[in-house]
Amino acid sequence: MSTSTLRPAAHGTSSASADSARRLDTSFESWGRFPKYPAHLVPMHWQQEFPANIQGLHNGALPVGMGRSYGDSCLLKDGNLIVTTAMNRLLSFDPETGILTAEAGMTLAQILDFAVPRGFFLPVTPGTKYVTLGGAVANDIHGKNHHVAGTFGNHVTEFELVRSDGSHRRCSRTENPDWFGATIGGLGLTGVLTWVSLRMRPIVSRAIDYEGIQFHGIDEFLALTEEYKHVEYTVSWIDCASTGKNFARGIFMLGEHAQVPGDLKPSSEPKLVFPVEAPGFALNHTTVSAFNTVFFHKQRKPRVQSLQDYEPFFYPLDAVLRWNRLYGKSGLLQFQYAIPWESARQGTIAILTEVAKSGLASFLAVLKAFGDVPSPGLLSFPQPGITLALDFPIKAGLTFPLVERLADMTRDFGGRLYPAKDAAMTADQFQTFYPQWRQLERFRDPVLTSSFWERVTGDRPNL
Amino acid sequence: MNSNNGNGAARSQGEPMKILVLGATSGIAEATCRLWAARGASLFLVARNSEKLAAVAADLKVRGASYVDTAVADLDDTSSHPTLLTHAINSLTGMDVAYLAHGILGDQPRAEQDFVVAEQILHTNFVSVVSMLTWLANYCVQRHSGVLAVLSSVAGDRGRKSNYLYGASKAGLSAFLGGLRNRVDREGVTILNIKPGPVKTGMTSHMKGSEKFADVNVVAKAIVKAVDKRYDVLYVPFQWGPIMFVIQHIPERIFKKLNL
Repeated sequence: MSTSTLRPAAHGTSSASADSARRLDTSFESWGRFPKYPAHLVPMHWQQEFPANIQGLHNGALPVGMGRSYGDSCLLKDGNLIVTTAMNRLLSFDPETGILTAEAGMTLAQILDFAVPRGFFLPVTPGTKYVTLGGAVANDIHGKNHHVAGTFGNHVTEFELVRSDGSHRRCSRTENPDWFGATIGGLGLTGVLTWVSLRMRPIVSRAIDYEGIQFHGIDEFLALTEEYKHVEYTVSWIDCASTGKNFARGIFMLGEHAQVPGDLKPSSEPKLVFPVEAPGFALNHTTVSAFNTVFFHKQRKPRVQSLQDYEPFFYPLDAVLRWNRLYGKSGLLQFQYAIPWESARQGTIAILTEVAKSGLASFLAVLKAFGDVPSPGLLSFPQPGITLALDFPIKAGLTFPLVERLADMTRDFGGRLYPAKDAAMTADQFQTFYPQWRQLERFRDPVLTSSFWERVTGDRPNL
Repeated sequence: MNSNNGNGAARSQGEPMKILVLGATSGIAEATCRLWAARGASLFLVARNSEKLAAVAADLKVRGASYVDTAVADLDDTSSHPTLLTHAINSLTGMDVAYLAHGILGDQPRAEQDFVVAEQILHTNFVSVVSMLTWLANYCVQRHSGVLAVLSSVAGDRGRKSNYLYGASKAGLSAFLGGLRNRVDREGVTILNIKPGPVKTGMTSHMKGSEKFADVNVVAKAIVKAVDKRYDVLYVPFQWGPIMFVIQHIPERIFKKLNL
């Protein structure tokens, strides 16, 4: 299918001046800072603005938020990005039920600032609080409690979806359930979310009862996963630079919201900003190995327990704004798979071995067991089994071949990759991972698309 | 009307601050109101667009405002001002702070060619504000208390070719505020002239380089503080004070050749 048919002009009279009045620039980047595509930015401040704000514009549109997706799922080359972050109002909050309704451009950080002093926390949170509510729904994000709570979408009770034809739909499990399912994990393609309702969970303190346990190898990780499957939050950091006796060593981290009433004040603003782009050689095998060794031994004893604030527990990297500059101007490539239990152990060992062999070390590697709470989303990423997230600096001739090999291995083990963290999978790989993509295509708004969607659905013989 | 304790903005913990906000759906006004709402203020919000006003009002209510009432009005219609203000103050049962944040950027190139466009800028940003302040200042003088916080702009400190109609409207406003302060300060009334540099809001989002403009929440925090502390003039972010001092002192024979 050619680009022009995938990107029909929006309704209304075509206006060349409307196009030229907008800036085509590269200031909106994805978090991996690869690829970089120019686009027109269309700031959206009010729910009523869409679809009038793209009337007559050409080359398609895509609603975006904080640009925390790593690859090209939040980009649209030469198209129009509807930036929703200024649309961030609260509509209602009921402390009896915990149901909070807010405009889709509100960030999880803003929700926490409001909710924590009132004794409520997000039902599911990713590793950064700087994502919008709309982005959390569109990517059906997951967190450290997936094994007990499922995905973000599991806690969304209702939302409003506006299409480029001007139609409005309230969607929930009972009202427009097909649109509800297509939009959760629907990568922002089914329409613009104006507001979202979700059920918050009560807390009595900011504190997290934390425990860190060192492990050596995947079998110890699996044993700990089984032993602590009832603990609300579990996640593991894993050293993927080491081989031999230190292969797959890591720290299994557990946490639960403290039961003792404590501080509920809002978080302070982060003060640190990564000031400049690091030079390309800053992250090499030696520095990353050294970091991983220090990280492993920072915890001196095999087991430590402490009371931690939720900020370092959930959002350790948010303390340094723009930390992605550490990867220099060429950016970073994320890679995250979910492999089902049948081959999870074997697949994880094989992929970790392949990474260690490649000489390209991942600075941070995060390992977790997904639970079996079914996601409401049509194209949701999590499935029962093991998920591993890696990030690689982009090195010419090394990173992409490695990631393509890892994607093929993931496919052979029956797993799949996470679109929000991808800039490399082929159309063939994507369509094997998500055969249901054709159903999503039927729900896609004809005016909305993304560079990711064009890339992974590019070869479509039947369309 | 109840007598006031005379402390204006610096009220005791128990009683919520009563604030009238004109142009409540503007980016800076909304951000400021969120901070006041979190403290439990009582708010009366005025704006032109009812849908936007309803969204802002709902948000402020959820954030903790003890009372929120609204009125849809076009403030260009100065004849409606007395009725509107009476209604607002009755609704709030008094008023500690009036925050005048309505204004338009206008289309400078069109205003250079068409006086009707120029007049619109002057009317909305200057004439309408003067009408409001005349009424509000007299109300406050009678009670010997109150803060009138008015959004002007650094653009009013010196006329530049890129936006001198907007600048002229704000310069006129600044002169008016200076004179009004000189008259009413001794009556216990504070006139706060707020001069923001370029701020990232809906009014400026189409402008080149707007991603580098000041964050609206930083500006809002400074305004809340200035109202509490009863400042006369607030440059925000603060570096605009020295910047405008320099710009005001560039000799005209050099300034007229610059592209600003």
